Amino acid sequence: MKRQRGLFVLAAVLLLLPLALPNAFYYDIVIRMMINAVVVLGLNLLMGFAGQISLGHAGFFGIGAYAAAILPTRYGWHPLAAMLGGALLTAALAALVARPIFRLRGHYLAMATLGLGIIIAIVLKNEGAYTGGPDGMAVPALGLFGFALDGEKQWYWVFAANLLFSVWACRNLVDSPFGRALRALHGSEIAAQVVGVDVARYKAAIFVFSAFFASIMGSLSADYVGFVTPNVADFFHSIELVTMVVVGGMASIFGSVVGAVLLTALPQALATLEGWETVTFGAILMLFMIFLPRGLVPTLAARCWRSR
Amino acid sequence: MSQFLQFLFSGVTVGATYALAALGFTLIYNASNVINFAQGEFIMLGGMLTVYFVNAGLPLPLAVALAIALPAVVGMLVEKLAIEPAKRSSQGAEVVSLIIITIGASLVIRGVVQVWLGKGTHAFPAFSGSEPIAIGGATLLPQSLWVLGGTALIVVALWLFFSRSLAGKAILATSYNPLAAQLVGIDTQWVLLVSFALSAALGAFGGILLTPITMTSYDVGIMLGLKGFVAAVVGGLGSGLGAVAGGLLVGIVEAMAAGYISSAYKDAVPFLLIFVILFFLPRGLFGAKITERV
Amino acid sequence: MALLEVSALSKAFGGVMAVQDVAFSVDAGVVYSVIGPNGAGKTTLFNLITGVYTPSGGDIRLDGEAIAGVAPHRLAQKGVARTFQNLQVCMNLTALENVMLGAHLALDRNLLKGLFRAPGLTRADAALRDRAAELMRYVGLDAYRASAASAMPYGALKRLEIARALAVQPRILFLDEPAAGLNPKETTEIDALVRKIADSGITVVLVEHDMKMVMNISDRILVLDYGKKLAEGSAREVRRNPAVIAAYLGKAA
Repeated sequence: MKRQRGLFVLAAVLLLLPLALPNAFYYDIVIRMMINAVVVLGLNLLMGFAGQISLGHAGFFGIGAYAAAILPTRYGWHPLAAMLGGALLTAALAALVARPIFRLRGHYLAMATLGLGIIIAIVLKNEGAYTGGPDGMAVPALGLFGFALDGEKQWYWVFAANLLFSVWACRNLVDSPFGRALRALHGSEIAAQVVGVDVARYKAAIFVFSAFFASIMGSLSADYVGFVTPNVADFFHSIELVTMVVVGGMASIFGSVVGAVLLTALPQALATLEGWETVTFGAILMLFMIFLPRGLVPTLAARCWRSR
Repeated sequence: MSQFLQFLFSGVTVGATYALAALGFTLIYNASNVINFAQGEFIMLGGMLTVYFVNAGLPLPLAVALAIALPAVVGMLVEKLAIEPAKRSSQGAEVVSLIIITIGASLVIRGVVQVWLGKGTHAFPAFSGSEPIAIGGATLLPQSLWVLGGTALIVVALWLFFSRSLAGKAILATSYNPLAAQLVGIDTQWVLLVSFALSAALGAFGGILLTPITMTSYDVGIMLGLKGFVAAVVGGLGSGLGAVAGGLLVGIVEAMAAGYISSAYKDAVPFLLIFVILFFLPRGLFGAKITERV
Repeated sequence: MALLEVSALSKAFGGVMAVQDVAFSVDAGVVYSVIGPNGAGKTTLFNLITGVYTPSGGDIRLDGEAIAGVAPHRLAQKGVARTFQNLQVCMNLTALENVMLGAHLALDRNLLKGLFRAPGLTRADAALRDRAAELMRYVGLDAYRASAASAMPYGALKRLEIARALAVQPRILFLDEPAAGLNPKETTEIDALVRKIADSGITVVLVEHDMKMVMNISDRILVLDYGKKLAEGSAREVRRNPAVIAAYLGKAA
């Protein structure tokens, strides 16, 4: 089972990590890392493997988060149904914009997703009657099989299982015929076309899937935090996610996890440097793209490979 | 009718700024195929720097000159320090990589301004008073005339630059065919640098003209830049005339929507517009049909 | 009936006619070559037939079915495969994966099944892996079975494209300068490979500059000049055609 070695290592780390977490504060940080890691995995499928970009992923995350808040509170949906409903809405929205966009080149997608993310944020801020406006709103607790999830320790296991499953599934996808076609269209679009890959459709499919992923995590995250504000759909959040992909490594599954871990920890470390967050993220993006375009994990892996 | 005219005035005014931003996008895109996501930050820099220099006691013309020159320098730095090295490295040529780099640059610029000048909203007095001029039942601020006049001046100057001067023709040649341009002795490296400086200056100029009307703060760049891009796409990416027409159109549509529909959603309007355009006119209003060679 | 029938085909780029009123037909099972000086429109012709460009005018029929303007990915379904003059290998994939990509349409491409590693799909993929390895041996790339595409030399990549095209299981295979940039020994090997492919029943259409190779293996040859058909016939006929000689050696000859 050489193929699954990385997965076993990750499982072992997740299993043992609680022993090293002194209090709820640290649990909370680790949970945020895991949430980001899964969203970043989905985004990396789009960016790293398919070579496309989304600057509006926080918007999709936001739809999921607000679905978890609005549908149970105002319409009495079960939280799980709300999660699914939000994800389907997100997927439909992504599919709607994907159709015209993917016939065009990269910059259009970047701008369109950025614009879409901003529209979503505007709607969340302005529709106060439903969303609570800029102040946000409370999210009812998520009950599973008759017992309510409560406290960081229980949630830790939910998100750990979620992360493990996501890593497993994404690796499967990348290795599957679908994933091969996806990687191929990144390598050479024309080559993929002439062997029968409907390039626009594949790009759209992975975009929709990746948005779906983000929405699910948005819902889960809202259920965990118990409160949502429009900030979750913020442009800067989208940028954070893109930065995580870039730092960890495009087209690297474990890179996504590493990127999410590092950059979720970073703002904690920067807390004393009020205001420099934006500069730091910007500088990290530029420096990595220029000096380490493949990201941490693939670069390190290549180096280890060579020294053997 | 007078209401319509009023919306039209404000739409054309803000649209002129979008047009300048769109021209900036177009310049850089033509010279290098890069979409510069930091374009909006130059608009912000123009306004914020003028505010800073005026408050520091400098006379307005000098403040304006500095607020155009400094962003131009920043633009060149972005090109020299980020775009060039990335283009040189093998993987950097990818569209997505270049997009990410310019986003990084925009974050750095915005963040530095935020730390340096704070989060407040600022403005400086209009160039020639703020006594509204009544026209056909609507009113027009004198500053709007400055914006429109300034934009018109820039458009004419750019047109002269590209059709008459050697430097302008070199830039055009590079945009048509970089390799051929290089072969006839044009320094394409230099062309790229000039394009960044020029488009930064254009953006800053627009930002300065607009600030007395709309005010400015460290974070206005994203929106203005995005709308400038929408304008460039609406006009057909790469076309100068299209950029100007696109800018005015986006400004007018936005002002009409704000006036007649809902001002809360005025910022969403340009993006809805871009989706409509991409759906029905994927090459924009003036864009050429391109067959890619393989 | 001919397998491929092209009539009155034209393509204009701006005001330039890259291909003008070209007509020819290719019978099943032959090696058909397209030759002509640089810029004669050979690659453009390939791009038109394989759906990369949309014709400005004219008709292309595959087995009687009109295919002009049909997207490349749909043509693959109809049994059209091709290689490229300037390499189009997916450098982010392994060599084997590049070949497996060729069989894309024969596989279950369902996203969800891929996500959950559906057993049937995994089995089919494993079988394909063997077949792709077989194809790599067929084109003489046995040594690179475990290589990343990015680690292969130029000559091997040209063969890799052929293996990928074969994995499509084409009825008709378009090879755009398969010997370009190769040394004489490699050229001879490609020559033999093309012959082998044709003998296996796949119709081969070839653009090539190496005249020795073209004259050796072609059943019929189409000569293009400035986008127009200059001559067509067997190697022997084409070689003796005064118009062809003039085009190649200059009008004075």
